Amino acid sequence: MFEFFNENQVMLASVAKELVEKEIATHAAEWDEKDHCPTELFKVFGQQGMLGVFVPEQYGGAGLGITERSIILEEVARHSAGFAIALMTHDLATAAILNHGTEEMKKTWLPKLCAAEVIGGLSVTEATGGSDLSNQATTIEKNSAGYLLNGRKVFITNSHIANLNIWTGTSGVNEKGRKVLSAILIPPETPGLSAGRKENKLGLRGSITGEVIAKDVQCGPDSIVGKEGKGSAVALHTIGNYGRSGMAAIALGILRASVEEAVKFGNERIIYGNPLSKIPEMQAIIADNQVEYEAATAMLYNATAIYDNGKDAIPKLAAAKYFATEAAVRASRRTMDLMGGYGVINEYPVGRFLRDALANIPSGGTSQIMRVIVAGSLLR
Amino acid sequence: MALTIAVCIKPVPDSEYYNKITIDPVTKRLNRDGIPTVINSMDKNAIEAALRLREKHGGRVLAFSMAPDTAIENLKRVLAMGVDEAYLCSDRVLGGADTWATSYTLYKAIEKTGPVDLVIMGNQTEDGGTAQVPSQLGEWMGVPHLANVIALDYEDGGMVVKTKADRGTIRYSLKLPAVLAVTRDCNEPRIPSVMDILKVGKKPMRILRAQDLDLNPDFIGIKGSPTQAGEIYSPDMSRKSEALVGDPDEIALRILDELRKAGISIG
Repeated sequence: MFEFFNENQVMLASVAKELVEKEIATHAAEWDEKDHCPTELFKVFGQQGMLGVFVPEQYGGAGLGITERSIILEEVARHSAGFAIALMTHDLATAAILNHGTEEMKKTWLPKLCAAEVIGGLSVTEATGGSDLSNQATTIEKNSAGYLLNGRKVFITNSHIANLNIWTGTSGVNEKGRKVLSAILIPPETPGLSAGRKENKLGLRGSITGEVIAKDVQCGPDSIVGKEGKGSAVALHTIGNYGRSGMAAIALGILRASVEEAVKFGNERIIYGNPLSKIPEMQAIIADNQVEYEAATAMLYNATAIYDNGKDAIPKLAAAKYFATEAAVRASRRTMDLMGGYGVINEYPVGRFLRDALANIPSGGTSQIMRVIVAGSLLR
Repeated sequence: MALTIAVCIKPVPDSEYYNKITIDPVTKRLNRDGIPTVINSMDKNAIEAALRLREKHGGRVLAFSMAPDTAIENLKRVLAMGVDEAYLCSDRVLGGADTWATSYTLYKAIEKTGPVDLVIMGNQTEDGGTAQVPSQLGEWMGVPHLANVIALDYEDGGMVVKTKADRGTIRYSLKLPAVLAVTRDCNEPRIPSVMDILKVGKKPMRILRAQDLDLNPDFIGIKGSPTQAGEIYSPDMSRKSEALVGDPDEIALRILDELRKAGISIG
């Protein structure tokens, strides 16, 4: 555990661990195998105050920060990285409204999101790619009734279960002739919004990822999140802070799982009359996993503390997401090596850890994009 | 009627660390250094039972524990579950207590903080497992006490209690005050919410030293403990093994011989 957590954060980690062990640990393998998202658990996490934990009390949250959110997500991902990304994405809708929405949006939707009375989704990525943000084919056209939305989004987490959605789309061009984006809130039951293809993912199963289609979706005149034409800022702020801290926390959960499984298997497996963990080469695997977990932990919780103190943390969160995710890939692979043949048997969870770690790479921006952000912060 | 309920909790070694626990050959006590503690699991059932009674009938729930100062962290967790106040009896002179001395100290702590209508405890602990403290506390207090409680409610000024027996259950009606020891079957303990955690710092929590309690020095610690551990040893778990070599028929005959030598009759 991170040494500089305060008393409440230490207890939060312990309580979240207890909740996860009760509600998630024994089901995680089945959810992965059946690619099932346990949507009923959103309400359980809502009742425990673990959704929108960063939302002020006046809007139904606990008034804490992204550090506490990351602590919760790490605990969930320790057993189910798939369900963790479903919760993580729900919070992205919450964060976008909290940081950029109107007072009316905050009063109406934040308490419902915190209690999981609605499930949130954030739809930014299109078939042309997530990082090519300004080139969106989705359109948001102003009309007499408000705004008309048309478009198709892909690789959207919670695509088939979210009923409160925030989309980005092109709402015009600027003086240089370049497209400008707006972000728009689509309330539940709005006609014209539907889920399309559901993806069969390598990892992070237990969350639903797929296509969402908007066909003549009519939104009201007060449905723009942030200022009209400033949708890029909404997307970049939300994904850059809440998305990447969340994905880094999920990677931490996978890393810790890789450490703990390696220790467990190493102590239980007897070879040449002794536990496997007595062999120096196996100890090296365990040590490397632990070192990378500790490094990733320090990076993430340092970055979240910076954000929670009101300072810019975008490059540090990108660095944490990059390092933690790649470390999770390495650590889960090393644990597979330690386990020998057992490592590739699906009865053991380590294969799932590796698949989840690999699926973590593109979520919230690839490792290459993370390096661009880190370098960009130094070179500008 | 609003009820004032005391719950007694014991911090016990976290089961994840059982393989690191050793027994001191001289003192015959568990060496708990560096072993994290958790709340004894049946004590959580006791807390849950008390909280449900409070939610239904009003009142307040007070937690008591006798343990080293480090147990303050366990008591914070108890407060997060919803307990109103917590008291930790912690003093060097209380160390080494058996169940009799422990129950006496808890009795004096409860007496010190004011009269209670009901005491609820876990039926037994995960480390000692004697299941003696609830009955002993009932005796010190001079009130009715029941163990193996699987259901309880407050009705008409008393408690209606169901206990588990060898062949079925027994229903009791008890006058208050009383001491009840609950099992895991009683309920499912709640997990604190984030909002509950944030309230912990605002709740009263106090460490009671020996001087704060009106204790008879002959009844506390090692001196007040009529039970002293005798010989304690770890059983020898080593196994004799021998490789049998030869052709399959020879090996089969050797196995039969060995089984007969071990006293196993083979037709």
